[in-house]
Amino acid sequence: MTVQQVLFFLFGAIALGAAIGMVTARKVFHAALWMLLAFFGVAGLYVLLEAPFFAAAQLFVYMGAIGVLIIYAIMLTRGMMRQRLPRVNDQWWFAGLLAAVLLVVLVWLVWQHPWATTTAAAPEDSLNRLGLTLVDPEGFALPFEVASVLLVMALIGAVTIVRER
Amino acid sequence: MESLSRFLAFLADAIVNIGDWIRGLLLGAGLADPWVSLIMKAIGAIVVAFFPLMVVIFLIWAYRKVAARMQGRLGPNSSGTWAGPYGILQTFADAIKMLTKEDIRPQGIDKIPYNLAPILVVFASIATWAVMPFGPKLIGTDLNIGIFYILAFSSAALVVFLMAGWSSNNKYATVGAFRSVAQLIGYEIPQLLAVLTVVMVTGSLRMQEIVGQQKIPLLFQLPVTAFIFFLASMAEVNARPFELLEAESELVCGYFIEYSGMKFGMFYLGEFMNSTAVAALFATLFLGGWRGPWVEQAPIMGTIWFLVKMALMLLVWMLIQITLPRLRIDQMLAFNWKFLVPLALANLCIIGLVNKGITEWFPGGVSAWTRAGILLMANVGIFLATWGILAALERREQRRREAWRAAQVGEVEVSA
Amino acid sequence: MLEQFIFVGVLLVVALFLPVVLIGLAWLLRPKRPNPRKSEIYECGLQPHGENWVQFKAQYYIFALVFLVFDVEAVFLFPWALVYNWLPLYAVLEGVLFIALLAAALVYAWQKGALEWM
Repeated sequence: MTVQQVLFFLFGAIALGAAIGMVTARKVFHAALWMLLAFFGVAGLYVLLEAPFFAAAQLFVYMGAIGVLIIYAIMLTRGMMRQRLPRVNDQWWFAGLLAAVLLVVLVWLVWQHPWATTTAAAPEDSLNRLGLTLVDPEGFALPFEVASVLLVMALIGAVTIVRER
Repeated sequence: MESLSRFLAFLADAIVNIGDWIRGLLLGAGLADPWVSLIMKAIGAIVVAFFPLMVVIFLIWAYRKVAARMQGRLGPNSSGTWAGPYGILQTFADAIKMLTKEDIRPQGIDKIPYNLAPILVVFASIATWAVMPFGPKLIGTDLNIGIFYILAFSSAALVVFLMAGWSSNNKYATVGAFRSVAQLIGYEIPQLLAVLTVVMVTGSLRMQEIVGQQKIPLLFQLPVTAFIFFLASMAEVNARPFELLEAESELVCGYFIEYSGMKFGMFYLGEFMNSTAVAALFATLFLGGWRGPWVEQAPIMGTIWFLVKMALMLLVWMLIQITLPRLRIDQMLAFNWKFLVPLALANLCIIGLVNKGITEWFPGGVSAWTRAGILLMANVGIFLATWGILAALERREQRRREAWRAAQVGEVEVSA
Repeated sequence: MLEQFIFVGVLLVVALFLPVVLIGLAWLLRPKRPNPRKSEIYECGLQPHGENWVQFKAQYYIFALVFLVFDVEAVFLFPWALVYNWLPLYAVLEGVLFIALLAAALVYAWQKGALEWM
């Protein structure tokens, strides 16, 4: 095994193990912390894919902003912190079934898709290319602006919900 | 005579030369090349990790000295309990005290997050030093995402405060953590927007490239951006006007109230390390980092310039921190959301348009000085406009207050 | 590229070890005399009353959400700012439009009073 493979399995194990820890944690706060560790593992995988910008964005948006948001959201719930909640509720079999079906579908998709693989290194200026295509009318100029509208909508929605209280 | 000139040549780029010497030694010992480069990276990492620690040891002493001098009281000195000449051993005394203090674990804490938080605080602040340019060739590693890497780590570190506050099983700690994170996430936005402006003008995220582009330090091209970045980073490291975290009279000590001994020391260390990192970042982004006279002849001068600029920023940080009183949380958040964020957004747009306008207007290209002059004029414009808007708002507020007072007086007269 | 991240990885390991070593050293040196009175929660000398983990107000959530919105915006804008010098004027205007929309959202939140501390 090369070093890269070892690191891949290490980060994959961190992400998966933390995800399992998250769904089995008895305290909601611990579940949130496990989730952040899973994000960190994914960031490591991005580095191995030679996409450092996305690794940093993973830390920046997911561990930073989403982490704080989730913990603030937990604190809005009443009395969720102290008592050890039961792990499953009475809909567990349905959720499990859905998750299993999703897993099968995803594995099947990954398996049968002819992935274009390359052994070449990622181009050094990939981030510059991303920047250029983002604002290129032939590229992603419209999705770029739509993303902005989406963010505005998210903010307006949140303000509205909180104001109604 | 010849040995002297050889010694001077060695000294001119001392740190790089020492590195080359160690590498030669390792290669001479018969190690394979990949192992040598790994060992060199490990040595580099240890040096980079210990640099902020060393600075903090000096900084704590300097801070107490400056604070004592400014507030007209005795700081650490050589009389009384002896702490070395000028009290220079004070920090070591503090460190020994913390090492030998009992670690009190309060009841009902959430053990794993409680013990993990002090470790992660220091971890996150050391991690940001990986891309800090100490000299023309001295940098941990010049990542192509450079500055974004630093922002990512300082953003990811926010959760650690919540971890510490929440796991302490103390109401003050929890409230303190929530408040300080509310402050930190707020002030991260203007900081981000200021960095975006810098990236736009220098055209790179690489730290060395950002330094390389600053023939004229960006402070003189983009003073408004530097101002926004400075204020936001003051708030990011909880310096005094924005210091809610240690609001002794309200929240006792913020989120680390329940920590004692070395774990408290870790938070203390992390805070000073963050201040150092922010000072170094300001020096790099706006003061030209290692750039200065004689750097081309002797690259070691670059490191000295970097340290001087960093020390200057730390001095400014201390002076503000020691002089000003604390803001209330509502004032602090209002200042951020209603002043800094709109200003930073407007600044980003205006600088972006003006800078592009210069390029469009002069197809032949302009000299760096002309561009800097026009950018400076745009900055003066932004400053004057902000000033005007604030003054107008203040006048309106004053008129409203006077009208309200007049109405009160009128009522009194009628009732009398 | 990955070569550079080896350094980052080594630095992260060192950065993790440094505080662990310091705390471990303190663990070796410090006195250990636990006492139930000593390990009481410090709430200014009073007996702690009620739960610590209580429900907080929704205000914090809004701040976190605005932060998230601006963070995501920054992730979009960093590549744009990086190539800014090579962009034609209309592409710069696209970026400015992007920022202006967010500024409008901020003004909306401001007008609705969501940014007031209550």
